[in-house]
Amino acid sequence: MTIAEERQAEVGRDRRRKEDARLITGRTMWTDNLALPGMMHLAILRSPMAHARITHIDVTSARGLPGVFDVFTGRDVADMQGLMPCVWPVTEDTVLPDYPPLAINEVRHTGEPVAVVAARDAASALDALEAIDIDYDPLPVVLDMESALADGSPLVHADKGTNKCYTWVLDSAAAGSGGDAAQAAADAEVVVRRRYIQQRLIPAFMEPRSVVVDPTGEQITVWSATQVPHILRLLLAMSTGVAEHKIRVIAPDVGGGFGGKLQVTPEEFIAFAAARRSGRPVKFTETRSEAMLSGHHGRDQIQDVTVSATRDGTVTGISVDLKVNMGAYLGIITPGTPLLGAFMYNGIYRFPAYRFECTGVFTNTTKTDAYRGAGRPEATYAVERIMDDLAAELGMDPLEVRRRNWIEHDQFPYATAAGLTYDSGNYAAATDRAMELFGYDDLRREQRERRESGDPVQLGIGVSTYTEMCGLAPSRILGQLRYAAGGWENASVRMLPTGKVEVVTGTSPHGQGHETAWSQIAADQLGVPFEDVEVLHGDTRTAPKGLDTYGSRSLAVGGIALVNACRRVVDKARPVAAHLLECDPADLEFVDGAFRVKGTPGASKTLADCALAVFTSHDLPDGVESTLDAEATYDPEDFSYPHGTHLCATEVDTETGMVSIRSYVAVDDVGTVINPLIVEGQVHGGVAQGIAQALFEEAVYDEDGNLLTGTFVDYTIPSSADLPTFITDRTETPAPGHPLGAKGVGEAGTIASTPAVVNAVVDALRPLGVSDVRMPCTPERVWRTIQDARNGSSPAPEGGERP
Amino acid sequence: MIPAAFDYTRPTDLGAAVQALADAGEDAKVIAGGQSLMPMLRMRFAAPTMLVDLGGVAELRGVRDDGEALVIGAMTTHDEILRDPLIQQHAPLIAQATATVADRQVRHLGTFGGSLAHADPAGDLPSVATALEATFEIAGAGGRRSVPASEFFVDYLTTVLEPGEVLTSIRVPKLPGWSTHYEKFSRVAQAWALVGVAVAVHRSNGTVADARVALTNMASKPVRARAVEDALSGASATEESLASASAHAADDAEPSSDPWASADYRRHLATVLTRRALHAAGAA
Repeated sequence: MTIAEERQAEVGRDRRRKEDARLITGRTMWTDNLALPGMMHLAILRSPMAHARITHIDVTSARGLPGVFDVFTGRDVADMQGLMPCVWPVTEDTVLPDYPPLAINEVRHTGEPVAVVAARDAASALDALEAIDIDYDPLPVVLDMESALADGSPLVHADKGTNKCYTWVLDSAAAGSGGDAAQAAADAEVVVRRRYIQQRLIPAFMEPRSVVVDPTGEQITVWSATQVPHILRLLLAMSTGVAEHKIRVIAPDVGGGFGGKLQVTPEEFIAFAAARRSGRPVKFTETRSEAMLSGHHGRDQIQDVTVSATRDGTVTGISVDLKVNMGAYLGIITPGTPLLGAFMYNGIYRFPAYRFECTGVFTNTTKTDAYRGAGRPEATYAVERIMDDLAAELGMDPLEVRRRNWIEHDQFPYATAAGLTYDSGNYAAATDRAMELFGYDDLRREQRERRESGDPVQLGIGVSTYTEMCGLAPSRILGQLRYAAGGWENASVRMLPTGKVEVVTGTSPHGQGHETAWSQIAADQLGVPFEDVEVLHGDTRTAPKGLDTYGSRSLAVGGIALVNACRRVVDKARPVAAHLLECDPADLEFVDGAFRVKGTPGASKTLADCALAVFTSHDLPDGVESTLDAEATYDPEDFSYPHGTHLCATEVDTETGMVSIRSYVAVDDVGTVINPLIVEGQVHGGVAQGIAQALFEEAVYDEDGNLLTGTFVDYTIPSSADLPTFITDRTETPAPGHPLGAKGVGEAGTIASTPAVVNAVVDALRPLGVSDVRMPCTPERVWRTIQDARNGSSPAPEGGERP
Repeated sequence: MIPAAFDYTRPTDLGAAVQALADAGEDAKVIAGGQSLMPMLRMRFAAPTMLVDLGGVAELRGVRDDGEALVIGAMTTHDEILRDPLIQQHAPLIAQATATVADRQVRHLGTFGGSLAHADPAGDLPSVATALEATFEIAGAGGRRSVPASEFFVDYLTTVLEPGEVLTSIRVPKLPGWSTHYEKFSRVAQAWALVGVAVAVHRSNGTVADARVALTNMASKPVRARAVEDALSGASATEESLASASAHAADDAEPSSDPWASADYRRHLATVLTRRALHAAGAA
């Protein structure tokens, strides 16, 4: 055999995504595409009241309608439906209210499920909903956090006696990771205090949630449009008492999630109950409006931030008082979501003192939970906003203040006051590159000219330098934070007799392109063609071990499990190859998919040769098992820390308040890149989603607790027509703890972009006396802020230089 | 998102359509491109028992030149409007506003007449038809009638169309020597207008001889900004005149408030957008 021409490495190649043809055409297994014989369709009646006692339900006439098989209420399934679980009670005394999937006596937010119809088709089920008669006795409603915490507030859960869910504190002085932030503020030459509001957002994944449940004998199979099939299986078992080994969960192709499908949902539990009750397969697919009303929401925080500094711009401490709206109930990680940001309020900086206090608050709103970035966008927003405000206070350039405080390249690994150890990074390199691509000095010059000429369209420049912790998560840290599960990930590799490869991953992609990236990794590790790898995922029967996809973890954690499993395959093949070549295993080297005898050109056996040899097993060395298949589970030692610098220039029309983005530069460092095309897509989508928070999106309730933004007419998601051409580039600082050097990229764009945009809006308007614009910076809000500043009625920002 | 059950008919001529409506009575509804009606049916905000689909009535489609006016068939789609040379030549205001309607997919299905008959105050075309002083041709079991734009729109989602009547065509006067502009302000590119301003201006000897200004989403129906028109009429064609006239843009308006724009803000926007629209139309 001759040595083949040198194999081109797969890692680093712009592979087109192999899953896209089927995802884009829809000729695939979306959950709603599934039809089973005898399947019933479910429709759910939802509460029109934000808080009420259910005094009477009459389903008699609905039961009698054509095509209707079953109608049930919470009372009918109270003993079998289970309770919705929360797996992250962040403190010992976290208040954990009962959360029945189908309300029993009381509803606590609009959209809460109260009754279910099962019918032969979806239209009949919807028709029957209209025949259900319910009487509600309204109860007082509380929607905003500060009212909910005030004495005498109406209680969301009367039996709990309080609307406070928990208070969680991280203090660097107490933890020994840094100084005393209060003392730093008392001693400081300059103190800046700000209140920032994180508005409520709706994840707005493309594919609405859908679930099919098929009870066959003792086995129950659940298909769900979920990010977390493994977690769903476990929690269905734990909550309903159905044995775990009798439940199979399949996440077929799933159309987006952004954290919105990092949840086990009342709808899944209701469908599970409906199928068990009837013994027939059932399907529930929500409408877009139901997704927006009752799928969990994101963000909704009040951030009171204090930063103290010396007059030369050196920050001496930061403290954060956070209030987080839980909504009416706790989803799986509702209380813990802000904690994912708790360690990031010191950003990329050498802040010596840090204090963080977070209070979770119940209100009569849809629950909140993870949404792209989950805690980290909020933290980055606060620190990047206040660094700009500090710069303005000191009359310094915002980039100069950052340079003065950031961790230098030669200081890594760096232990922060929040208690993390950042692995690697080069903030100066990313920032220099971003400034060059942006044309920073030219834009500042144009800004001066527009200010001097009184141009009605003002120019603003916004800076955001960020890092994030990704690769969720080291199990020991999750344990310390009282999270109920670990953070490991699993992969296995199956060598088929023909030399083709099946990779089984415990991650559960819903648009990320794992099939492509994992194929690239396995192809390099095993030396097989990219096309010879098939990636299997999302089925607890074929991929029994896994912790699914969220928190930029899949590559950072699951990728290592895959590399380790591939290496084990090679290790298992080595004695087989040695036997075939009649040499000592120690004399073999594995190069480009083949074992070669060192110093004997031409003597080699490919991995496929070995796979066939173990398949036939006619001639194996003694003690060698008839398989090359291998599995690996990896629990990360630590997080990984991608970073970057984003720069945004906005034009603000001071006559109308309209903000338009003139240019946007993103330079990200996500470690070594497996597939640049996928990374580019993640950055584009992430930046767009972060811009959407800055300028466009907000979930709004009226005073009675009705969601006013329940359709895409009212919840305004930007399209490409509203966004600029993104200028992107990368620096590459490999992750030291990762065999591939990869960090994570799933949330980076969203984390970075929101403060870049709002900083740019505020920067445009500072000469007019504006120091804050609330998100989203809608035209009216911007215009009013300008009017208020001109009329001198703007509330003066707190803090400032000491007298 | 499934409508309540309804009957459906797709006649192929206008007479049959009118007859079908008459037979079905008050709970019948005409469907044109379906871009407004279908969402309402799917959300079950409306539940007609009979839908009469005008999609098969060929005579309701297309644009023709009728001397001093264009006659636009009610079932002409937005996309057809955008491609029509007569519209480009004689009613560029319609083309300009139509290009801002929703997205490409909607424009391929939605119709000119459907948008007008739906009479959403946030729709772009009602104020355009108002500024152009179009005439609405209506057919019903009782015969045919013509209604000027100033009378056609009655209130939120309400026109003079009676149950059983069909909007057949819209007669749009050509305005030789006039210039026009539609200024739309929306939160995102594909959203409804927060405020829109349609203007038509006729200049003569350095003065504004005649001006028409119609506002989108500044009341429960399209509204003419008469105070602006009066202030401009005969005024010198200067930026100062435009600015001082535009300050009155909201005088006759009764905008509503919603979470995305308060009435006050809409009033302010109307003045800015009117000035910009007049400027763009070359009124100064």
